[in-house]
Amino acid sequence: MIEFRDVTKRFPDGTLAVDDFSLVIPSRQITVLVGSSGSGKTTLMRMINRMVDATSGAVEIDGVNVSTIEPVKLRRSIGYVMQNSGLLPHRRVVDNIATVPILNGTPKAQARERALQLMDTVGLDRSLAERYPAQLSGGQQQRVGVARGLAMDPNILLMDEPFSAVDPIVRDELQQEVLRLQAELARTIVFVSHDIDEAFLLGDQVVVLERGGHIVQKGAPVDILANPATEFVATFIGADRGRRRLVVSDTARPESGDDRVLVDSGGYPVGLISARDGQLAIGSPTPKSRSVSNKTDQAGDA
Amino acid sequence: MNWGWIGSNAGLIGTRVLEHVGLSVPPIILGFLLSIPLGYAASRSKAARSVLLTLGNIAYTIPSLALLVLVPIIVGASILNPANVVIGLTVYAVALMVRASADAFSSVPRDVAGSATAVGFSPAQRFIAVELPLAGPVLLAGVRVVSVSTVSLVSVGALIGVDNLGSFFLDAFQRSFFTEAMVGIVAVLFVAAVFDVIITTVGRVLMPWNRRPSASRRTSRVLTA
Ligand SMILES: Nc1ncnc2c1ncn2[C@@H]1O[C@H](COP(=O)(O)OP(=O)(O)OP(=O)(O)O)[C@@H](O)[C@H]1O
Ligand SMILES: [Mg+2]
Repeated sequence: MIEFRDVTKRFPDGTLAVDDFSLVIPSRQITVLVGSSGSGKTTLMRMINRMVDATSGAVEIDGVNVSTIEPVKLRRSIGYVMQNSGLLPHRRVVDNIATVPILNGTPKAQARERALQLMDTVGLDRSLAERYPAQLSGGQQQRVGVARGLAMDPNILLMDEPFSAVDPIVRDELQQEVLRLQAELARTIVFVSHDIDEAFLLGDQVVVLERGGHIVQKGAPVDILANPATEFVATFIGADRGRRRLVVSDTARPESGDDRVLVDSGGYPVGLISARDGQLAIGSPTPKSRSVSNKTDQAGDA
Repeated sequence: MNWGWIGSNAGLIGTRVLEHVGLSVPPIILGFLLSIPLGYAASRSKAARSVLLTLGNIAYTIPSLALLVLVPIIVGASILNPANVVIGLTVYAVALMVRASADAFSSVPRDVAGSATAVGFSPAQRFIAVELPLAGPVLLAGVRVVSVSTVSLVSVGALIGVDNLGSFFLDAFQRSFFTEAMVGIVAVLFVAAVFDVIITTVGRVLMPWNRRPSASRRTSRVLTA
């Protein structure tokens, strides 16, 4: 469990990036911090691994104040994945993944062997192991970044907009990969995003932030969607524009089958709903199952 | 051209080349090594940068002959000691190299250095394993300039009695002997070219990631085809 207690961060230039922030981040779940640019998401995340030190208040991991832990040691125990992967351009893929274990004294051969296994874990072909990051696609680079984040088998994984620089199809794939990995590994993941759809997809807990790290609303995606706490949240999740209010279209019907087209209040088609024998489907999907691909089903929840 | 002179003085030419190389290598290496901490400091702080680069510029404008005469006075060595040439040229090498080195460390992408810190590199590890290699290409370009400059400046040492290929120019001038001057010039160019090949080769070996990705992809495609 990670706990922020009355945390404030004022940068030397006077910017109040985070103002009296408190939050409990439960273990083995994905918590997504979402908010517009400059709302303090990155600053909050970086206070967990002491890339930024709080001006006042406490950040605790399992009851231990991070300020009592030596930063280098702390950072090696926490996975960190960032936008543009942050890979070392002068190290081969396999060495990038093995970097931190080697810093920590793992024998090189063993660290590289483990790195190859991690490539399997994140869905990278081992034939890419000897390439340099610049020789990979953006999506592949992000997978390497995730593998590197997992290399120390950390309990905590920090992910700062890891997929915002890849194209939508690859982003979708990577998001599914995170859900699949999480079903398998069950880590405490703190995920920063400015994309509310991504937040709703990945988050067990979603925290909507405004400038200064002010929490406007937090909760399960379903609750935020059903009851946006403020005008701001409604705007942010697109409820005000009717993007989230869906109706079964009378006019647009697929040529065959029992499915009906759902449209939002702007009339744009957003999905299909089963209507077997004219009856609309009713159910309570288990969280995530709606979006989890076949791959996830194979991985299982064992 | 008096080819006969060249043939009968092959031994002397060889000796002068070796002397020239011996005088050139230490300033190049020392200049490189000394410029690293200075350049790093200059890349960290604006004040350090402007002070160091200004000092570098001033040092570089001291006429070479004056510097070579001044060095023995300052360090208290005999005027004929080859160390004077080495020290004087090291001053030039550092003066030239400090700017390249500052630029080299400034060229390291901030997010790469930042992510190295975030995954747990200590500052010393980050410097050795991340910043230094990533500064490599710009450092290499700087060393190539310093190498050429040093190899040509060593010749001035002949004026204060330290023998090297420059001694041929001096002698040729006193005797109005064209061949000897040509031999000196060609040999200096040759030494400079060999140094450049060595430096770029070392750079290629030490920085394999720096080869053009497209080129390496092309080779691998050829290999797999
Ligand atoms: N090192 C710094 N020095 C001064 N101000 C900073 C520093 N880092 C961040 N800030 C400021 O703190 C505020 C919060 O920044 P932060 O990077 O946490 O925002 P963010 O929510 O991650 O934004 P984005 O979505 O653009 O990444 C911003 O106003 C930013 O300008
Ligand atoms: Mg950010």
